[in-house]
Amino acid sequence: MGMFEGLAGRLQEAFARLKSKGKLSEADVDEAMKEVRRALLAADVNFTVVRDFVARVRERAVGQEVMKSLTPAQQVIKIVHDELTALLGGKPSTLNLSGRPAVVMLVGLQGAGKTTTAGKLAQWVRKQGRRPLLVAADVYRPAAVRQLQTLGEALKVPVFSVDGDADPVEISKSSLERASQEGCDVVLVDTAGRLHVDDALMEELERMKAAVVPGEILLVVDAMTGQSAVEVAEAFHGRLGLTGAIFTKLDGDTKGGAALSILSVAGCPIKFAGVGEKLDALEPFYPDRMASRILGM
Amino acid sequence: TGRRRLDDALFDELEELLILADVGVDQAVEWVEDLRKQARERGVREAGELRPLLRELLLDVLGRDSAPLQIHPGSLSVVLVVGVNGAGKTTTLGKLAHRLTGEGRKVLLAAGDTFRAGAIEQLHVWGSRAQVDVIRQQQGSDPAAVVFDAIQAGRSRGVDVVLCDTAGRLHNKTNLMAELEKIRRVAAREVDGAPHEVLLVIDATTGQNALTQAELFSRSAGVTGVVLTKLDGTAKGGMALTIRRRLGIPVKFVGVGEGIEDLEPFDPEIFVDALLGTDGAEGRENS
Ligand SMILES: Nc1nc2c(ncn2[C@@H]2O[C@H](COP(=O)(O)OP(=O)(O)OP(=O)(O)O)[C@@H](O)[C@H]2O)c(=O)[nH]1
Ligand SMILES: Nc1nc2c(ncn2[C@@H]2O[C@H](COP(=O)(O)OP(=O)(O)OP(=O)(O)O)[C@@H](O)[C@H]2O)c(=O)[nH]1
Ligand SMILES: [K+]
Ligand SMILES: [Mg+2]
Ligand SMILES: [Mg+2]
Repeated sequence: MGMFEGLAGRLQEAFARLKSKGKLSEADVDEAMKEVRRALLAADVNFTVVRDFVARVRERAVGQEVMKSLTPAQQVIKIVHDELTALLGGKPSTLNLSGRPAVVMLVGLQGAGKTTTAGKLAQWVRKQGRRPLLVAADVYRPAAVRQLQTLGEALKVPVFSVDGDADPVEISKSSLERASQEGCDVVLVDTAGRLHVDDALMEELERMKAAVVPGEILLVVDAMTGQSAVEVAEAFHGRLGLTGAIFTKLDGDTKGGAALSILSVAGCPIKFAGVGEKLDALEPFYPDRMASRILGM
Repeated sequence: TGRRRLDDALFDELEELLILADVGVDQAVEWVEDLRKQARERGVREAGELRPLLRELLLDVLGRDSAPLQIHPGSLSVVLVVGVNGAGKTTTLGKLAHRLTGEGRKVLLAAGDTFRAGAIEQLHVWGSRAQVDVIRQQQGSDPAAVVFDAIQAGRSRGVDVVLCDTAGRLHNKTNLMAELEKIRRVAAREVDGAPHEVLLVIDATTGQNALTQAELFSRSAGVTGVVLTKLDGTAKGGMALTIRRRLGIPVKFVGVGEGIEDLEPFDPEIFVDALLGTDGAEGRENS
């Protein structure tokens, strides 16, 4: 998108209606903040998160000198973009693989992309010179184990699964033994999708965490998620203490404002972006690009 | 509870409620404007009357009746499910097979997702649960060929409904959308009026992107109805309202769990009451 479409264009219009002066007045800023609010809401940033964000940006913008080279619209865009980037984590961050084995647990709502992401991470981890073991701890979804096995076969990465009605806590515990037997030093645990309000299944995750003590607990989130991202992240973070998130399906045309919602409540970095169904479609998460995307620039 | 007069804060609260339900900011603003106008016209004075009024307004948008599946007794009907990745297509199809079988129809499933790992096996599990046969080919084969096979099998077995799964796809991928057009063409060539239903499956947690999904899937696949899944979570699924308002596509079913019984015909009143936090009886009383 060009520089003056989306929020930039609307801000420019807003300022054109006002008579611009050397400094941004409160009225100028309020007018601009209406447009910022609308743009963020239209990008699916959570209502409450938008309110806090706009208040902070407003404070920064009031009374600012309008730099000679910039129009007021660009000035505000810059402030908004900087604040967004900072909130989104500033610099890309990576996985903590310090344990032996390093244990990474993937959690999230149904259909978010956990199993696929487990496969992608196996490939990524191997590229770091490590030896991953995929763990099929989803015993609920039909053919979930088969799905992970198929990915493991494609990657030639071992998959640990248990036949019959095994308990996910037991599965994850015994996967650690298997890892040491097979000489694997990274264990990637794929868990079943679950609703954040499902008390029994959330409790199961707590027990899994206690059993394997993961160095990373990653919330896998669909980038198309709307307003409920906040309560989902709150619930998973509250129960498990998330160490990071992975944002999937960014190959779509969604703005992805849910990223901001997640970071505002969980405070942990978004570590990767899923950008396709194939196993190599995993990228580092770039906060500044995400900020531009949310703003439609 | 004390009586509260109408003020701007009250309308702002309702706008917030709609935005939090994912109807989208522009749509929320439009409906709250409509509400203001109606409140003025009807001389509404008290806060308590506003929600019932909004309830009526939203029900006018949705229509008050559930929209039944267009399948025709005595002849073969073809139903496609389409949608983005992970929305709940395969699960919905399993539930739908069970529901239609329960209504006495003879059903066949087509494993039209030949792409995703484990997709065929997943549908197979649903087929056994619903006691319905699944027509399948190898992973990687042409989905239109699977649908073709299923229609032939359906015809020779005297089946009422062939339910076709498709792989999840993002609507901005032109080549994948073209594949849906091909599936559609094959169905249309084999059976008069097919596909009789093209159900767009949408995850209730989806934000504004749902509207674009509905637009682009309609263009390629000719969507006839929406299935809103995962409504057993806390998401309100407000985009379904916006889709109805902007594109006229009705919601036909809602998914309320992962079990085989967890598919319900869409009930506009229950949906709107859940969204607004109104009680159905109270809402009606006040209107
Ligand atoms: N386009 C795209 N599709 C993705 C991406 N990540 C995952 N998917 C697809 O999303 C769908 C769901 O992915 P899964 O990995 O099965 O999701 P899950 O979270 O394991 O699902 P459950 O186990 O049922 O909760 C599949 O069709 C994947 O191919 C991505 O980054 N881009
Ligand atoms: N809680 C809940 N989960 C659901 C519902 N419908 C589907 N799911 C779950 O959502 C996840 C994805 O469902 P699928 O049926 O595999 O979705 P899909 O659209 O076929 O996915 P792809 O084929 O990968 O694009 C699974 O874990 C399902 O059990 C629902 O109504 N409620
Ligand atoms: K989803
Ligand atoms: Mg999975
Ligand atoms: Mg499927």
